[in-house]
Amino acid sequence: MYEICAYLCNKYMGILFKEFTKGIAMENPIFGLVLGLCPALAVSTSAANGIGMGIAATFVLLGSNIIISALRKFIPDEIRIPCFIVIIATFVTINEMVLKAYFPALNQALGIYVPLIVVNCIVLGRVEAFASKRRVLDSLFDALGMGVGFTIALCFIAALREFLGAGKILGISLLSGFEPAAMFVLAPGALLTLGLLIGLVNYWQFKKTDSK
Amino acid sequence: MDIGKFMSIMISMVFINNFILSKFLGLCSFIGVSKETKPAVSMGLAVTFVTTMSSIITWLIYRWLLIPFNVTYLRTICFILVIASFVQFIEMVVRKTSPALYKAFGIYLPLITVNCAVLGVAVLNSEVFFDNGRVLPASFWMSALQGFFAGIGYLVAMLLMSGIRERLEFIEVPRALKDVPLAFIIASLMSLAFMGFNGLKF
Amino acid sequence: MPNSPSKESHFVVSAGAHIHSGESVPKIMWTVFLALLPAGACGVIVFGFAALKVMLISVASCLITEALIQKLSHKKISIHDGSAALTGLLLAYNLPSGVPLWIPVIGSIFAIAVCKQAFGGLGANIFNPALAARAFLLVSWPKYMTSWPKPFNVDGVTSATPLMMMKEAHVFNISQMGVSYMDLFMGVRGGCIGEVCIFALIIGAIYLLWKRYIWYQTPLAFIFTTGILSWLFGAQGFMTGDFLFSILSGGLILGAFFMATDYVTAPLTKRGRLVFGVACGGLTFIIRKFGGYPEGVSYAILMMNAAVPLIDRYVRPRRYGTQIGTDARAK
Repeated sequence: MYEICAYLCNKYMGILFKEFTKGIAMENPIFGLVLGLCPALAVSTSAANGIGMGIAATFVLLGSNIIISALRKFIPDEIRIPCFIVIIATFVTINEMVLKAYFPALNQALGIYVPLIVVNCIVLGRVEAFASKRRVLDSLFDALGMGVGFTIALCFIAALREFLGAGKILGISLLSGFEPAAMFVLAPGALLTLGLLIGLVNYWQFKKTDSK
Repeated sequence: MDIGKFMSIMISMVFINNFILSKFLGLCSFIGVSKETKPAVSMGLAVTFVTTMSSIITWLIYRWLLIPFNVTYLRTICFILVIASFVQFIEMVVRKTSPALYKAFGIYLPLITVNCAVLGVAVLNSEVFFDNGRVLPASFWMSALQGFFAGIGYLVAMLLMSGIRERLEFIEVPRALKDVPLAFIIASLMSLAFMGFNGLKF
Repeated sequence: MPNSPSKESHFVVSAGAHIHSGESVPKIMWTVFLALLPAGACGVIVFGFAALKVMLISVASCLITEALIQKLSHKKISIHDGSAALTGLLLAYNLPSGVPLWIPVIGSIFAIAVCKQAFGGLGANIFNPALAARAFLLVSWPKYMTSWPKPFNVDGVTSATPLMMMKEAHVFNISQMGVSYMDLFMGVRGGCIGEVCIFALIIGAIYLLWKRYIWYQTPLAFIFTTGILSWLFGAQGFMTGDFLFSILSGGLILGAFFMATDYVTAPLTKRGRLVFGVACGGLTFIIRKFGGYPEGVSYAILMMNAAVPLIDRYVRPRRYGTQIGTDARAK
């Protein structure tokens, strides 16, 4: 499933990220995914947080993709980026208010990383590369696909970290004799997990290209 | 403003709660631009400048606009718009007035608009130095300092990382780990080393 | 060359005019290993058979991990060069003797796989593998990593290390801790296996210095910076600290002589080594005095490891054959 997400990101992300990096080296195909995961990595300490963050991001992605796709004929090309940001920020704000009102515990856990969905490269990326050029229905499915891919990837990392670092998944203890390594729920563990996962995906890709 | 508070903000922002190594803010540009020292330092300086300035500007907006009109829920929209236009403005000024400076770090400015560190520090300021719409004492200076030292912490991590990655350029690392994965592993070990400062108090 | 290109076709390739000193990586590694053994023997005497088990398992699992990874990545297996064994021994020296035996195994795997082989093997690693593994273990299982068996006691009774007493119980006078300087020097105190017996460590260090396998700049700068700062900024005011205590307690001697001098992860130039040592000493003092951990030697070395590429770049020796401020071509 990690690969699916990598594939999706690979397919779409490359084009638009160039806008921002303006030629700064990024050969690695997995890079697109990593970019979106960066700020979300901080909350991937438990599978529940991962799901929460994933759903929040999917909601923003869905809302802004639909609205921007519907308004694509009215948004002038020169100021499209500020317009996109305002629309995305609106959905992020709705998100924040809903979380604060109905899921205060989750809101506490996600902290400042909820407002930071605004600058998540995946959201801005999909909007710029896809929604601003395509029909509403296409954009809707695109947002759903990307959102689900993002959620799955985030959950996978979060569950791995929760298991290694706390011995549980979704709060349920799995092995009785297992003594978890607390580092994995802390910052170094997140970076290490992501680094090794990308390495693993690269390894598979190399293996595939080698065998061809 | 006493020296103890100053030191604790500095140590906390640069080492303990380093934006990159412990909060994962600005990680994208950290991995992307840290391959060589020179661009890494330029990027670090640009980020420091922008985090400081945007801390000040967003504080003013939060204090004198959002709180009096009781619309603090507009924080995210306001902050991102202000930061984006500020960065855009600086880029234009630098490009027009000093081509040398523009070449040195102006090209990194568009990248900074979507750098989570900048919005992150603004949001953090509004949460730490305000108590539900009430201004805490010395809030303005602390916000500015927090912005500045967050940038310095970014610069320090950038500098160390770029030195390490330049050295690794000449080394044959396992193929699957080359570049990005190894950069994450190095960041992880740096983060582990910086945990030595945990609990530092003056 | 503008003229006579035809005669240049008779170049003969031969070996350079250098005499081989007889040194090699395996020889150096195994000599350092040997120089560390007295301290380990003292650790076994002080903490009993458990310490020996930790050491053996740690060395063995480092060797096995290294061999496995090299086999899986189709590289030449080079466990005879002693670097993996040395990492294992140093890791064991940084563990308390009472840890469960899977701790050194996991630490060894982390040290060799993540800190060494992921970077490309011997000579490529940025961070000292043994210390990075210790930091990983300390963050992950603090319960085991901070329970120190009492010296000469087989019943699993634990005690605090002298630095812990200073930090947590605010005992500042060495006589109140129930130890003497002689105890600290000979290793009769709680602590990690390899760090307690200063006497044995110094014997090994002198041997290595005499063989010129390690340099004096880093250890001396490291030790004196820590000692002098601890003396200057003592707990009861300016210049009241205990110079000797700060040197003899904790892992300073082990770290300064055997880990800050690691060939791979230390600077190349003399001045660079001096800078490295002073900075390590300063950081150690800061962590001990203000930080959350009682001991900061391993973290200080790790942090400075990250700065080594920068030190190497900016602290360079003068160009040979030129005077300061003049260019060779000006003459």
